[in-house]
Amino acid sequence: MATLWVVSHPDHPQPMLMKVPHLHEGEDPAAIVSFEMEQMIWPRIKGIHVPHYIASGDFTVQPYIVMEQIPGKTLLQYIPELPLPYDKVVDMGMRIATALDDLHRQHVIHLDIKPSNVMFRPTGEAVLIDYGLAHHDQLPDLMQEEFHLPYGTAPYMAPEQILGVRNDPRSDLFALGSLLYFFSTGVRPFGQTDTLKGMKRRLWRDPVPPRKLRPDYPPWLQEIVLRCLEVKPAWRHPTAAQLAFDLANPSQVKLTSRSERLTTDSWSTVWKRRFNPEITKESAAQPRMATQISSAPVIVAAIDLQEGADATNEAVRVTAGRLLASLPSARLACINVLKLGMFTIDSTLDEAGHNKHVDRMVALRHWAEPLKLSQERLTIHVLEAIDPAGAILDFVNNNRVDHIVIGARQSIGIRHLLGSVAGKIMSEASCSVTVVRPPRAGTIADAPADKIPEPEPANAD
Amino acid sequence: MLIAIFADIHANKQAFEACLADAKGHNVERIVLLGDYVGYGASPEWAVDKVMELVDKGAAAITGNHDHAITNRNEQMNPSAQTVIDWTRVQLSMNQQHFLSSLPLSIPDGDRFFVHADASAPAKFRYILDVEDAARSINATKADVTLTGHVHKPAIYSMSVTAKLTGFTPATGVAVPLLPRRRWLITVGSVGQPRDGDPAAAYCLYDSAKREITFCRVAYDIEASAAAILKSGLPAKFAERLYLGR
Repeated sequence: MATLWVVSHPDHPQPMLMKVPHLHEGEDPAAIVSFEMEQMIWPRIKGIHVPHYIASGDFTVQPYIVMEQIPGKTLLQYIPELPLPYDKVVDMGMRIATALDDLHRQHVIHLDIKPSNVMFRPTGEAVLIDYGLAHHDQLPDLMQEEFHLPYGTAPYMAPEQILGVRNDPRSDLFALGSLLYFFSTGVRPFGQTDTLKGMKRRLWRDPVPPRKLRPDYPPWLQEIVLRCLEVKPAWRHPTAAQLAFDLANPSQVKLTSRSERLTTDSWSTVWKRRFNPEITKESAAQPRMATQISSAPVIVAAIDLQEGADATNEAVRVTAGRLLASLPSARLACINVLKLGMFTIDSTLDEAGHNKHVDRMVALRHWAEPLKLSQERLTIHVLEAIDPAGAILDFVNNNRVDHIVIGARQSIGIRHLLGSVAGKIMSEASCSVTVVRPPRAGTIADAPADKIPEPEPANAD
Repeated sequence: MLIAIFADIHANKQAFEACLADAKGHNVERIVLLGDYVGYGASPEWAVDKVMELVDKGAAAITGNHDHAITNRNEQMNPSAQTVIDWTRVQLSMNQQHFLSSLPLSIPDGDRFFVHADASAPAKFRYILDVEDAARSINATKADVTLTGHVHKPAIYSMSVTAKLTGFTPATGVAVPLLPRRRWLITVGSVGQPRDGDPAAAYCLYDSAKREITFCRVAYDIEASAAAILKSGLPAKFAERLYLGR
């Protein structure tokens, strides 16, 4: 346990908190180690999702950590109001998953995600506090060797964490799933237990499906929440970014039998799980976090559905297919932009009376079909915007996309007239961009010189 | 103060030159050499001259088992390593041999302790391969931080106030704080014969003010080093394994 003090210092004008651990005789020795871990990890995490670290003092005089004070209260404040409206829970979940993604990319697993450790900045970003149980992939884990009992908060602790595994970032997704379940139903998925035996029950006893507790529970939300609460980390979302993606794109969530469940598993199924050594044994050694996260990227394929773009789209598909084949946990978002006129009122129907939006969804799905991706790896998005490049860039930022594959426009005339979407995306995107062209076929070599597409300048705008 | 720590140079001129240049780029103020300057590699004369020059300029240096074997014929190694020791003995001048035999087995240095292998019996050159080995070594000294080589693999061991041990394989280039109130043992990795699967030369930087240790890896001209081993007629496996870091 620790005491929090509001402190001030002439060199630091911002509001600050000082955390002073209680280290009296009889205190849990874990408190010391946990404070040591916090002192090691906190100064190394950057960004908006963590209270800024300011200073610390070690055990030789008086241990403390001084940090930025985040205004407002933790999510504990909502507990009397539970269950919350679904859209509010989904919005919170998306923000927390985004914060977790940021933390995981900095080599840190929180391992104690719960309402009292989550706050929101006035600007909306989730802030994760308290790093006393955290694991840093590049620093010695002093908690691991010191204590054989699992440390965490019982209602939120992932099954593997209960078995002593501290290096799987997907443990945080389980905790977030538990929080989302609790906030959307008002009930804790695994009850409240403090005994190891009680905690281990979640290894074989599945939670009551939320739809049984609230009949109007959206199936897609149940799909997401129950996937987070899967016993095996490999059955959950591969990364926090992919979880955030699903929460942000409900219509694209692949519904499985999880979404339909109305009852818990039968006793015979539970009994089989209870004595299945595969479930209850510790999982094998994990690859380092950075490897795990980078093997599950969100890839965007930006598709031009205008006539004459077939060869380019084929090249986009070949390149995207190669990326996906080498990364089994990667997912693909296919995007097309329905360009709106700046001054005209656009009809949703084309000349033949078809819905343009729906037509394009169909065309995108048709484009993706040869990739033979399972549905949970594929999403389809038609964006409507005046500025196609801007719309794609917004999508990339909002969905924490890792890689864009886009075709270069082949017609120089159109490129000069409209500007290059690929060029703008390449210069402004916050992630990797691969610009592809159709292979140089015999037709190009034989074509008259004035028809050979010129290479597009990399910084075209 | 920023201290550069080098271990297991093993007569690899190209690797040691590359590490020294890298350390110079970090503006190190002090150099510590943890033994095994010769053996396996083809440039023992150069290596010993370099160590003598660094010691003249204030570097701390201790002896390793390969250095020890040059003047102690009772020290027996496996046959291929022994082949190189016998060859090395012929290459080194009496003065160089005398220098190697004059080096201490360990050096206490404030709250630090420098030793080639297990500090509980420095002359036995026992490997530190796990937390039990580390505990034995840590318990044998009063130092907060023990710096060792010999295993050719980077590792950090930490002993808590309740004498619990943690072992950790460090990531390259990430500063790890050696928290006070704990006791630490570091195996720094090898300059000239890395064996952790990464062929790049290994050394450590220790910031004594911040009490932070950083494990560095430096690319070097492996082909030149390997070619020199083959040209000298030494066992080819010592050249081949340089490419693999095994």
